[in-house]
Amino acid sequence: MLEKLMNIDRRIIFILVALAVILPTLLPVSMPISVSEPTQQLYDYIEALPAGGTIMLVFDYGPSSLAELNPMARAVMKQCFAKDVRVIALTLYAVGTTMGSTLIQEVVEETGAIDGEDYVFLGYRPGTSLVILEMGTEIAGVFDTDFNGKPISEIPMMQNVTNYDQIDLVVDLSAGSLTEAWITYANVQFNQQIAAGVTGVIISQMYPYLQTGQLVGLIPGIAGAAEYERLIDAPAKGTLWINIESFVHLLIISLVILGNIAFFIQRRREE
Amino acid sequence: MELFGIWIAAFLTLCIYSFLYRDNPFYRFAEYLFVGISVGYSIVLQTHQGFIPFAWQPFWAAVTGEALIGLIKLIPIAIGLLFFSALSARHTWMIRYPTAILIGVGSGLAIPNVLRANIFEQTRGTIEPFSAISAGTLSGFGIFEAVLMVIGVVCTLTYFFFSVEHRGPINWLSKVGIAFLMIGFGSAFGNTVMGRVALLIQRIDFLLNDWLGAIF
Repeated sequence: MLEKLMNIDRRIIFILVALAVILPTLLPVSMPISVSEPTQQLYDYIEALPAGGTIMLVFDYGPSSLAELNPMARAVMKQCFAKDVRVIALTLYAVGTTMGSTLIQEVVEETGAIDGEDYVFLGYRPGTSLVILEMGTEIAGVFDTDFNGKPISEIPMMQNVTNYDQIDLVVDLSAGSLTEAWITYANVQFNQQIAAGVTGVIISQMYPYLQTGQLVGLIPGIAGAAEYERLIDAPAKGTLWINIESFVHLLIISLVILGNIAFFIQRRREE
Repeated sequence: MELFGIWIAAFLTLCIYSFLYRDNPFYRFAEYLFVGISVGYSIVLQTHQGFIPFAWQPFWAAVTGEALIGLIKLIPIAIGLLFFSALSARHTWMIRYPTAILIGVGSGLAIPNVLRANIFEQTRGTIEPFSAISAGTLSGFGIFEAVLMVIGVVCTLTYFFFSVEHRGPINWLSKVGIAFLMIGFGSAFGNTVMGRVALLIQRIDFLLNDWLGAIF
């Protein structure tokens, strides 16, 4: 029995994980979601912005991270549009262009936000640190047109936006180290307020910046996305997926405990 | 058309997950397709959003006499072209110039900012709570957190301090440092598992609702 447990075929574990996802997907369950402090901080910061305020929403991720970051991007945009806060969207990650343009269209269809007045999508420019630094002087210096090729000078909401001085907050949605680039260049050089929404892989790296105030808020992974959906009172994919995730976590914890018990019993027998 | 896209996406998703059983041509096909499309897409974007507006258009405007200032773009274009000298064994030495410029500019921009963001600010963040302790504005738990953080920082740094032999008190400090490192790695691992499972959930949600939902 112990031998069997120690040499279990990994494909059985895959099947168990698949079942732990499929069953709650077919039979949705609802679990309580408590809001963590970093997520609350970002929500409060945007809530405190006056109508007509401006945030910069940066889609620094690709398709491999959309499961975690799309729900939070959607929630932040909904909050902004509901509060009449304008959104300047852009990306410093080439593949992020599709993420941004597709998601913005979906949110616009839901909220009725107007291109050029409530939001603008500037698209992508290569040269991460140089782009961040140049925008501190003049955004039009790097983004002279929006993603559709419309000159930035002809976009109504950009008329009074020159550089970070007119940006209340940069929210970087990142699957890699680009949030650190925003902190290193925009925050240090221009004292720009930065917040982040990140994938699970880099959550731990972000907490030191939160503690020092270099980040004013943080949406940590899919759990953070669900928390944000709760804060804006619009449960969506983040809420649904974190409920399913809880079942998988239970399974993984059970397997870890089981594996450790089997390991220690086997070691004692060998001794 | 949308349904066709859903079918393609479902097929490729199943191709990728077929690797869980074992390596197979379907998995390889989807993997190579993904890498190829990603690289191709990035190259097109870099060209259209970077090279054309920032190098080609100003240069061409200068050539046609519309804006002679664009001729200045010849300098970065020429430096950039030197990267291609790597293709010739005789001229490969020329690649040192653009590489040197890149490293020089990159370091010049990064070093002061990185030092401030990652060393000075973090040091301030570690020490600052103690001023709140002396001012009496920190709660009991806040004091515990502040002390724990200093212990963690000192012990973890001691573990990476190799100028003295790890014996006696230094050895104990570095062992405590290992414990802090393990807690950090455990937290990172747990969060990574959460992230990876989220990817699986999103794909299964797509297969069950978007794909099978469209069929039945």
